[in-house]
Amino acid sequence: MIGEILALAGAVLVLLSAIGVVRFDDVLARLHALAKASTLGILLVLLGAAVNLHDLNDITSVVLAAVLHLFASPPASNMISRAAYLTSDLSSGTDERTPDQQRAGS
Amino acid sequence: MTQVTFVILGIAAVLFMYRLCAGPSLADRVVALNGVVLVGMAGIATHAAHTGVGAFLPTLVAIALVGPISNGMIARYIEGRQP
Repeated sequence: MIGEILALAGAVLVLLSAIGVVRFDDVLARLHALAKASTLGILLVLLGAAVNLHDLNDITSVVLAAVLHLFASPPASNMISRAAYLTSDLSSGTDERTPDQQRAGS
Repeated sequence: MTQVTFVILGIAAVLFMYRLCAGPSLADRVVALNGVVLVGMAGIATHAAHTGVGAFLPTLVAIALVGPISNGMIARYIEGRQP
């Protein structure tokens, strides 16, 4: 029962991050909505699955997936945001790139 | 309650697919594809918790490894290509 509640809460967080990805109007804002909210959402879903499962092999697989996602997702998000920041002209806000970065980008 | 979870994940997948089709730049599409991968991971975990069959959980580990690595590779590609 508590595992299903945790999975439902995680799915609601993933849905919120999807709404953020659709509605925000900038690459960095969309990445912000996806990276934070859906990381917490997927951790809640995996925790719910680990609560519901009984075999030790299955539980270690779920925990390993959670730890791997927790450690591998932030560097990937950082690389994507860095690439988007260096190569695209952002629609909102001031451009704080140095001239070297602007030449490297566009 | 598991059915409600699957419906919510399906709505999230549809929204990510919309951004994947309509995203103006390549980085938007990569963000949306990352979201689709996350929805797939959540679906696998929810299905395994619902049925009690853990046959697909090594797939979960593989997706959790491969998704961020592919994101990093696409980021290197975006950064290095000539506009």
